[in-house]
Amino acid sequence: MARIYVQNRSIVVPGDLLAEGEDVVVESIFVERVGLKYYATITGLANVQQEDGKFKVSIIPLEGAYIPRPGDIVIGLVRDIGLTHWEVDIASPYKGILTVQEVLDRPFNPATDSLKKYLDVGDYIVAKIVAFDRARDPLLTIKGKGLGRIVEGSIVEIKPSRVPRVIGKKGSMVNMIMQETGCEVLVGQNGRILVKCPNRELEEIVVLSIKKIEAEAHTTGLTERVREFIRRERSRRGV
Amino acid sequence: MAGGAGEKPTLIRWEERDGQKVAIRHDGRLPEQLRPIRMEVGVLSNADGSALVEYGGTRVIAAVYGPREAHPRHVALPDRAIIRCRYHMAPFSTAERKTPAPTRREVELSKVIREALEAVVISELYPRTAIDVYMEVLQSDGGTRTAAITAASLALADAGIAMRDLVAGVAVGKVDGVLVLDIDEIEDNYAEADMPVAMAPSLDKVLLLQLNGVLTHDEFVKALELARKGIQVIYNLQKEALRKKYVEVSVEEGA
Repeated sequence: MARIYVQNRSIVVPGDLLAEGEDVVVESIFVERVGLKYYATITGLANVQQEDGKFKVSIIPLEGAYIPRPGDIVIGLVRDIGLTHWEVDIASPYKGILTVQEVLDRPFNPATDSLKKYLDVGDYIVAKIVAFDRARDPLLTIKGKGLGRIVEGSIVEIKPSRVPRVIGKKGSMVNMIMQETGCEVLVGQNGRILVKCPNRELEEIVVLSIKKIEAEAHTTGLTERVREFIRRERSRRGV
Repeated sequence: MAGGAGEKPTLIRWEERDGQKVAIRHDGRLPEQLRPIRMEVGVLSNADGSALVEYGGTRVIAAVYGPREAHPRHVALPDRAIIRCRYHMAPFSTAERKTPAPTRREVELSKVIREALEAVVISELYPRTAIDVYMEVLQSDGGTRTAAITAASLALADAGIAMRDLVAGVAVGKVDGVLVLDIDEIEDNYAEADMPVAMAPSLDKVLLLQLNGVLTHDEFVKALELARKGIQVIYNLQKEALRKKYVEVSVEEGA
């Protein structure tokens, strides 16, 4: 019989003993097994669930850098142009590589054509991670719906570990923000968020609420507090 | 830093308490008593992780950057992160101004601290990156290397870097024939022995052990046991300091 030493949703720090026993299932890379004991390796929230007589143990990190995963949508900043690729800053320890095949549909001749025409240094892009195998830098694509160069809106940068809170359970938080303000919000997995609003005042409110979520990510009842915050700000500013 | 100059002060006096002779140290502490310890996490907003640790008059601040791209590129390792440490004493940290240039002592301490941290950081999770740890001694009153390790491991945890355990350190010494815990500068200067120890308490592993001076085998075993007890207290304070950053404990259901 497994023994669980932490409460669900409690804060754990490296070295905390989470569980002990045979019927424990680990669903996080941040849980280390030593014999039959399971230890936390990162500061975060413990997630303990009982299913079919087994205990599922995982940790939701509260801090940490963005480590790319294939399929993630990220917002990147073009940093450099090579002969047939762009180097993209994706707010991660690894720099993104966007090859010309992932941008253009037709053949490209570097001798006659310049990549600068399509994307320049300083451009923000919405991209998807195609591949990342830890031996090579993450490969990006901007082919697909909703991907490509960003031409309007503002970008807010937050800690990548707070992204799940900004999205909320099944998108509850981000949908609430969009409903309350009428803005368009696109959350990149790397902690960059694109905000498009009808006017500046609304945009400011959305940015402030995102910063509020970042600061209070570990607290309860956050969606309601943010909703209240948006309504209060809207009436105060008269928008 | 053994062998102080000038006349030797009285470091241990013996008092009669409940019919027993008890050793009292120059600052009123008992032999197995730690100095007042204070820890704070997240003190620097520009670093990815930071911590301030005080052991009595010793004060160390640590900052962590990373994991980030390793520069120069050729130092990066294909299967794990490299850890770079810089232990440094501020010019104003000692009674006499210390030159800011790194000394041999600082280079050595940077190395032993790095090796202690390498044992706990799960660097395989961050291949081809670098994790930089900067420790600055703001005020020195003995035991700076152990305070620096304690601060560095807190800063790493604050930066969200995966670690097998936190590291806590403390120095034990032998003063006038008495084994004492957490020795300070004056005791260190006239001590017969000084032994800094750092451990990962949950894993029950010793990550750093240095010995300056002479201890008998028996004394060594006792000193290590004394250090272990002190480290357990410091370890609990570390966990408390990390948790204190997130005052409210629970989170909205299933977010």
